[in-house]
Amino acid sequence: MNSRAYLEEKAKEIRKSTIECIGALGVGHVGGSMSICDVLAVLYFDQMNVDPSNPKMPNRDRFVLSKGHGGPAVYSVLALKGYFPKELLLTLNQPNTNLPSHTDMNKTVGIDMTTGSLGQGFSASVGMATAIQLDKGDNYVYSIIGDGESQEGQIWEAAMFAGSQKLDHLISFTDSNKMQIDGTVGEVNGIYPLDEKWKAFNWHVQVIDGHDVIAIQNAILEAKKTTGKPSMIILNTIKGKGAYFAEGLVGSHNMPVSKEQCKEAIERLS
Amino acid sequence: MNLLKDDLRSIYVDLLIEAAKKYDDLVIVEADLMKALSTNRFQDLYPEKTINVGVAEANMIGVAAGLANMGKIPFTHTFTPFATRRVFDQVMLSVAYSKLSVKMVGSDPGILATLNGGTHMSFEDMGIMRNIPTMTIIEPIDGVQLHNMFPQIIEHKGPLFIRLARKDFAPIYDLDQEFTIGKATQIIEGTDVSIFATGIMVHEALKAQKSLLEKGISASVINIHTLKPIDVEAIINDVKKTNAVVTAENHNIINGLGSAVAEVLAENYPVPMERIGVKDTFGEVGQVDYLIERYELTSRHIEEAVLRVIARKK
Repeated sequence: MNSRAYLEEKAKEIRKSTIECIGALGVGHVGGSMSICDVLAVLYFDQMNVDPSNPKMPNRDRFVLSKGHGGPAVYSVLALKGYFPKELLLTLNQPNTNLPSHTDMNKTVGIDMTTGSLGQGFSASVGMATAIQLDKGDNYVYSIIGDGESQEGQIWEAAMFAGSQKLDHLISFTDSNKMQIDGTVGEVNGIYPLDEKWKAFNWHVQVIDGHDVIAIQNAILEAKKTTGKPSMIILNTIKGKGAYFAEGLVGSHNMPVSKEQCKEAIERLS
Repeated sequence: MNLLKDDLRSIYVDLLIEAAKKYDDLVIVEADLMKALSTNRFQDLYPEKTINVGVAEANMIGVAAGLANMGKIPFTHTFTPFATRRVFDQVMLSVAYSKLSVKMVGSDPGILATLNGGTHMSFEDMGIMRNIPTMTIIEPIDGVQLHNMFPQIIEHKGPLFIRLARKDFAPIYDLDQEFTIGKATQIIEGTDVSIFATGIMVHEALKAQKSLLEKGISASVINIHTLKPIDVEAIINDVKKTNAVVTAENHNIINGLGSAVAEVLAENYPVPMERIGVKDTFGEVGQVDYLIERYELTSRHIEEAVLRVIARKK
């Protein structure tokens, strides 16, 4: 178990890297990448059983970013963890890159499932947890969905099945940054009360500050102790967190980033 | 398992049960239609290998993709329209784009949906699946073919769509007939016209061939059991002998067998051609004997098309 200082430092490094790789191209999914950096830090630098030198280790924990547009943040944590050289991050979305906007298991070492069409990655993570249950494995599947993504019907098809099958090796997160492309989630198509919905689908539900690394760490530990239910950890987050020019803005979903903004954001984080 | 007598669904489930003994990773993924294809017989023996997600086809494909991702060998089962049009994006991305090996069975294709009617009658499923890169599409037509192809089905890498009739049809092949996915089988050799058929239309093509022979017309009949990848070589080689083509499919003539054969011929060896199939319209309720007339899919319609293409040769 790592300390708050260590994990906060990792989260900060992920944020800097994320801004840097989006900034190199000049446009990208800033908002939804920056809001998940803390949970990625806790997963990859504290909780997940993975080995960058053996990325296909059969009994490893799996991670599925169902909100696939957060790819830049995941690429940053994978590079920091040592799956591939940091320089590769600057190829984000360049021709022939291995780092496309949305995560792709056949392009990027360390990515466990291809995602991008919302709702589908979560469903696949339920299938992966089903395989672990069949094999009586002791590994876990972690997946992150967006709050906007929770408007997809497939999320609830998968949620109902996971709850009914008692998939207790599935630990999922909702990045509840309260914003989607066309407005706030409440304005566009309110999904609330979200915690009650997951409880009604027979999930173990926790609602925490998604930028508090120790709260995330504790929530995962509690989820691992929970048997007979999959876990949903709702992360209250701020869209664009840590990118001063994007923080809390609906327009940060996919936005241009100038060289100056990129430089200043990294300085402010340092 | 009697390959010459049992109906296709019974043989199919027997094959799954046999395969599960050899392949520990084989699982079936269902969406509340187990009684339709009788996969509940598999469930009785292998409850732990039976994953029924309920009435949720999108999640069925997603869960199957996740299982394949973990090394399982998933077979999904539902009616053909729900195996294709309802889950197109899931099949496209979670399975094909992700390079995962899921075997997707669509039962009761085309007019075989009978009393379920227009909402359940897929005339577009092969067109939908043919659009997906890396997709393989097969339609076994009798017990021998299903049985002899089954080892290849299990071992197949990548997405596989199996169009499957449930009920019994007269056996066509001898027990020792060999099949290869992607290689068409010539059932009858002829010199005047090539009839390329798929699924239940192979039976109609054979009836037409016998009748035409009595009129002095020699038709070859080739079963294009693999729509994709289509056997370009077999098509061109036969058409070079006959110089006239009729296709026959239990599907829209747009984007199915007729279109696929037309693409091959137009680019390689254009000859007079006609397509027998559903003429870009919706399905409706009825029994097979009604529907086959309603959509002009009988051996008589094939014969008439043959006479027209032969006339066009001159």
